[in-house]
Parts: sequence; structure tokens; C-alpha cells
Amino acid sequence: MIVEVGHYALVLALAIALMQTILPFWGARARDARLMAVARPTALTQFAFVALSYAALTYAHVASDFSLANVVENSNSNMPLVYRISGVWGNHEGSMMLWVLILTLSGAAMAVFSRSIPPRLLADALSMQGLLGAAFLLFILLTSNPFARLSPAPLEGADLNPILQDPGLAIHPPLLYLGYVGFSIVFSLAAAALIGGRIDAAFARFIRPWTLAAWCFLTLGIAMGSYWAYYTLGWGGFWFWDPVENASLLPWLAGTALLHSAAVMEKRDALKIWTIFLAILTFSLSLLGTFLVRSGVLTSVHAFASDPQRGLFILAILVLFIGGSLFLFMLRAPTLSKGGLFAPVSREGALVLNNLLLTASCAAVFVGTLYPLALEAWNGDKISVGAPFFNLTFGPLFAPLLLIMPIGQMLAWKRADLLGAVQRLFFAAACGFIAMAVFFAVQGAPSLAYIGAGVAVYLIIGSFVEVYGRIFPSGLFKSKNAFVRGKGLPLSAWGSAFAHAGLGVTLLGLAATGWGAEKVVAMKAGEAYDVGPYRLEVMGTTSDIGPNYKEAVAHMTIRRGGEVVALLEPSKRFFSTRRMSTSQAGIVTLNFGQIYVSIADQNDNGTIDARLYWKPLVSLIWLGALVMAFGGGLSLSDRRLRVGVARRAAKLPSNAQIAS
Amino acid sequence: MTRKQKRLALIGGALGVLGLAVGMVLFALRDNVVFFYGPTEMAEKQVGPGLRLRIGGLVKAGTLTHLEGKSISFDVTDGNHDVPVAYTGLLPDLFKEGQGVVAEGALDKGGVFRADSILAKHDERYMPREVADALKKQGTWQASSGAPQGKTADGKTASGASQ
Repeated sequence: MIVEVGHYALVLALAIALMQTILPFWGARARDARLMAVARPTALTQFAFVALSYAALTYAHVASDFSLANVVENSNSNMPLVYRISGVWGNHEGSMMLWVLILTLSGAAMAVFSRSIPPRLLADALSMQGLLGAAFLLFILLTSNPFARLSPAPLEGADLNPILQDPGLAIHPPLLYLGYVGFSIVFSLAAAALIGGRIDAAFARFIRPWTLAAWCFLTLGIAMGSYWAYYTLGWGGFWFWDPVENASLLPWLAGTALLHSAAVMEKRDALKIWTIFLAILTFSLSLLGTFLVRSGVLTSVHAFASDPQRGLFILAILVLFIGGSLFLFMLRAPTLSKGGLFAPVSREGALVLNNLLLTASCAAVFVGTLYPLALEAWNGDKISVGAPFFNLTFGPLFAPLLLIMPIGQMLAWKRADLLGAVQRLFFAAACGFIAMAVFFAVQGAPSLAYIGAGVAVYLIIGSFVEVYGRIFPSGLFKSKNAFVRGKGLPLSAWGSAFAHAGLGVTLLGLAATGWGAEKVVAMKAGEAYDVGPYRLEVMGTTSDIGPNYKEAVAHMTIRRGGEVVALLEPSKRFFSTRRMSTSQAGIVTLNFGQIYVSIADQNDNGTIDARLYWKPLVSLIWLGALVMAFGGGLSLSDRRLRVGVARRAAKLPSNAQIAS
Repeated sequence: MTRKQKRLALIGGALGVLGLAVGMVLFALRDNVVFFYGPTEMAEKQVGPGLRLRIGGLVKAGTLTHLEGKSISFDVTDGNHDVPVAYTGLLPDLFKEGQGVVAEGALDKGGVFRADSILAKHDERYMPREVADALKKQGTWQASSGAPQGKTADGKTASGASQ
């Protein structure tokens, strides 16, 4: 019964989505306030019905209702509760449900928090959001129904793919989707602005909080996915330039560019058309990612099923929205009022350079990801484009950003003094060079490692120079009222400082991978192995039984200078239902570095093949992403961007509308 | 700066970065792309030694031999042609005779494929798409083993990169 309610709620959500698409749009054309006002309640109701439907599916998974095909294929009554809940999105149908749930959540959030947005713009935007919802709901109902029954119902399910039975599954997909789909709000607003034909600086203020929020979630989602791959795949890699990973990096790069160009639009009323274009591009890349991952074009752990019908349907959605929005852009962009020009040496000039480099690196990743697919479709040749390609193209395009980022922060709007900005960064640059020298002396080669680490130190310190200059305008000791100044400083200034510094922290972690140590050994109990500065001793092995697996655990101690600093327990799990084993790497974090051990099955002679790694500072890669997202969060909580405050500004656009 | 100069600076900067990006992409695509062949295609195209390749097929039953250390050798087959492969390093969890495999490396002068990384399927129902396609081309494909293919096929290639 509950399952049928869920299915029915999904159909109702589709009907409401269609209402949400048509009525407000019509209202905006007919200037009928009552029709436009339909947008808000329908957005909320659509979310409520999808949430109800999602809850029903979760109930079926938790209660192990094996009359549902989706539950049978992806669950098992022995599975721990947390995986039964998160396993809902660990399959194709469920993950599309999560996608739509977050899409409608975004629409509902926009309906609730966007009181400052002019009513016609909001009506068109929510109508666009409704159209997105309708397309994906139709996709679920027609090709990927999670509520399909199975008769007769089997007694036991096929279990969730063991690789997905990990806490990472509970965290990574929701965060990533909040990022991906969060950009739909920005997309809808941009499309609405194009339909309405009016774009002013206020538009940047409307999209900025949504862009920031989606960007923060996307950053966290990517970092979490990277860490999950790192600890679960068993060979210590954290980024593989896999098409599925690139699919998440593309909207991140475009979204980062959007964040910065929206700042220019808000402050200087320039780059307007470009900002609209980026808003469309960012969500289009999110859609493209969904297509690549969900259509079965690529094979990976993310591609749950390859049914050609689904691929075609998603392709149709892709063409409709990307093609439609770009067509609209083509029609409207020339009629929009152009923004002013500005001096190359200025804050906005630096932000343009930022945008150029970000979109160029985004394009490089795009080509590397899609070229193999295009080539195969063209002449059947199969190629793989791997890390060397991306290191050669993405690397040089992204690297200049690291150097100019602090300089850009120091430049004033309109007209700036480049020399002065560089001079004020003298301290940061000096620290960078000293760090480089110290790292060279202590750790030595490879050169990319110590140069990268030096740049990272410069970037971290340089990110805070602007904030420092505003708190202590005449030096550390001579400045009065430093505390008051610090308190009065807008949170967004702190936000961008932290976000930039976070990238520096990540860079430091990446650079330090060059100093890692790695060993492959046939481990024997009682023997010890030196990895980096540590000595790993094998105490013995035991076997355990988990809820739905058997486990062989190796027990090891880590010593440094004779003293035991930590214990390590890498293991190998065997899941009987799917007859498949996974490696649980043993990981211990020591001074931001990690000892990482992954083991294989026992050999005939009693030894165990194992990979032992010492990865100095590696945890900084992901901590940096946390710092970036923290910076984004600070910016988001800035007074200027908060919803209640923006309401005051709402008078301006609505006045302007009466005038028009 | 005049308006014209400002505009020129903007356009010049944009074209500069764009040109740089295009140049680098083209350069990198020329040298850093690895082709994927099945054993039959390798025989047809007469691949010379030293060219980096990915090959895919099944590990031929009865050909897997463990040499000293962590070295192994086996044949990759698609039913019509075989390619001998040599590899040193840890193997992925589900590397077995009769199962699908993808190896990356290059042929040596003796016609042995020296692999430096081995990818194997990570789920008994999953096969790398390249392998499935290569097998389909040779007509040795069976949509078999357990659940219907395409319904629940999921999995991730686990990589055993060499040290």
C-alpha cells in the first residue's frame, strides 16, 4: 500500500510540475498576478509529493519489501540499516529519485527564499524549474520506475554492490547532487531573465547566494568522492581523470567562473551577457554529467545500468534544455544592454582573466572527456585519454590562477595599482620562497613537489594579505581600532580569503604527494617493513564475521624511532551474496600525512601481498576542500547576501518594473 | 586608456588564452592518447613494438603462469587470436582465468605485450565495455553468467597499477 502511495505521489508530482510550468509562465505573459502566484505553492507541493514518494521508496528498502524489483536487486535483509537507507540512491532508479528530490527541493527553496526577486522573473524561473522537474519525473516514470513490482516476490535480495557498502555512500551522492542540481536555480533564473529580456546588476545579487551554496556543496561532494575512491580502491590514488570525475569537475570550474563574474556584474554592471552564459553553461555541464553517468555511455561504478532507452531519453532532455537555453541566449543576448568596458589593470580586469583561465581549463577537460566518445562514434576507434593529457593541458591553464589569485584580491575596482599590489604581496612571496628552500633542503626532489609547496604557502598567506591590510591599514602595531575594523569587515571578505587559502591547502597536499614512499611486499607475520620515516610490523592475522560478509584482518603496529605511534588494521572483506571481495585499506593519519596499507588475498605459502604507502600531508588535499567550502559558507552568511536584508533592495527593481 | 585600447586588451587577452588552450589540447591529443585494441585488431593492424596500447579480452584458460617474484604471464584471447602478456606487480582482486581483462602497456620486440597496469572487472556480472565489444565483434560474446546483462550490471574496474 505504502509503495502504491509513493508511486501515485510521483505521478501527482508530475501533474503539478506541469501546472507549475504552464500557469506562472502564462501569468507572466498576461501580467496576471494570480496566475503568477501559482508558482510558489505548486513548487512547494511538487517538493512535498516527491518527498512523500521518496519516503515510500526508503520505507520499502528499510522494511526489505522484496516484492519491489528495485529492492530485490539492490538490497538484502542482512544489510545494516544505514546501507539500506543510503542504498536507496545506490542504484539507477533511486539515484534519479534523489536527483529529482533535490531538484524539487531547489525549486521549493527558491519559492520560499526569493521574496526579493521581481514577481515576473520569479514566475518565469519557477516555471522553468517546473519544466525541469516534469522532464525528469517523466524520465523516472517512463524508463526507470523504482516502484516496479516483482511477482512472485523472492525471499532474499541480491545485496547492494559491496563497493557501495560504505559510509561514503551516505555522504557523497547527496552532497554532489546538492551541488549539481543546486545550479538548476541559477539556470532557471538565467533563462527567466532571458525570457523577460531585462538584465541588471540586481540579477547578480539574486543568483549569487544560490551559486555560492551550490558551489560549496559541489566542492564538498567532489572532495568526498575523491576521498572515498582513495580509501576504497586500494592503491592510494585520489583522482584518476576518469570521465565520471571530470563530469563533476566541469560544472565546478564553470561554477567557480560564474561566482567571480557575478561579482563583477553586481559591482560594476559589466560582464552581464557573459554571466548569463556561464549560468546556463554551468547547469548544462551538470546535465551533461548526468547524461554521461546515467546513460551507460561510460562504464564505471557510477553507471548502474545501461538501457539504451534511458540513454536516449536523457539525451533528449539534454538537447531540450541545453539546446533550448542556448537558442534563447542566441535570440536575446544581442538585445540585452551591454555592460561597460573597463581598465585591464583593475579588480574586474583580474576577474576577467580568472574567467578566461577557468573556462579555458574547463574546455580542456571537456575535450579530454568527450573526445574518446566522439571519436568512437565517428570512426569506431577506441582510445583512452588519461592523466598525461590532463596534466599537459589542465595543469598549465590552471597554474597561473594560483599565482595571480592573491594579486587579483589586492587590486581595487575600476582602476588599480598593479605595482602597489605586488609590493604588498612581498611578504607572502618571501614566505613562499623560504618555504620552497626549506622543503628543498628537507625533502628534496622532485622539483614539482617543492615548487608546488612553495606556491601553496605563498597562496595561503597571500589570500589573507587583503584582509590584513583592511584590519591594519598602517602596520601591525601602529593601526588603531584593529579589533573594531576586524569586526566591521564584511564576512564575504573573510570568505574569499578562506576559499582561496583552501585551494592553497589542497595544493600543498597535492605537491607533497611527490615525497611519498611506496612499497609492494609479500607480508609475513612477525616481519617489519620501513616505509618513509615509519616502521610497520605485522603482528598477525585474524578472521571476523560481519553482518553480511566475512573478513580477514591483518594487525600491524606503526613505530617511529622504536616507539609505537599507532595500530593499523587493513582487511579484506568477502561478500557471499554477490561473491565479491573488497579491500578495506588500513589508514592512520599522522601529522596530516597518512600511512596507507591495502592487502590482497592470502597466498598459498601464507604470505599476504600488500601495498604499503607513506603519504606525507595527503589529508590536506581534502581538508583544503573543507576550508574552501567554509569560505563559501562565510560569504553566504554575509549580511549583504542574506535574504532578509536583500528585501530592502527589492524596492528598486519593482519600481523599475512599474516604470517600464 | 582609451575605449579602443581597453577593448583591444580584452579581446587580445581572450584570444591569447584561447589560442594557448587550443594549442595545448592539440599538442596533448597527438602524443598522449592510448588506443584500445582487441587481439584480432592487433593482428590486423600489425602494431609495432613500443607503441602504447590498451588491449582487452579474456584471460585464456590454462595460460596463467606465476613466474618468480610478482611476475606473471598469460594470454589475452578473443577466441580467434591470442596475445601473450607479461606483467609484474599486484593483480586486481578479480583477476582470473576465463575472465575479462584490460591491460595497458606496449609490445616488446619479441611480440610479448609488456603490461604496466592491469584492469579487471570488479563484479562477477560486469565486463569492461571495450572487452564486451571486442568479444561481440568476434562473435564469442555470451550475455550470460547470472543476472540478465544491462539490468543490474554494475561494477568498477579496479586497477592494479605497477609500482
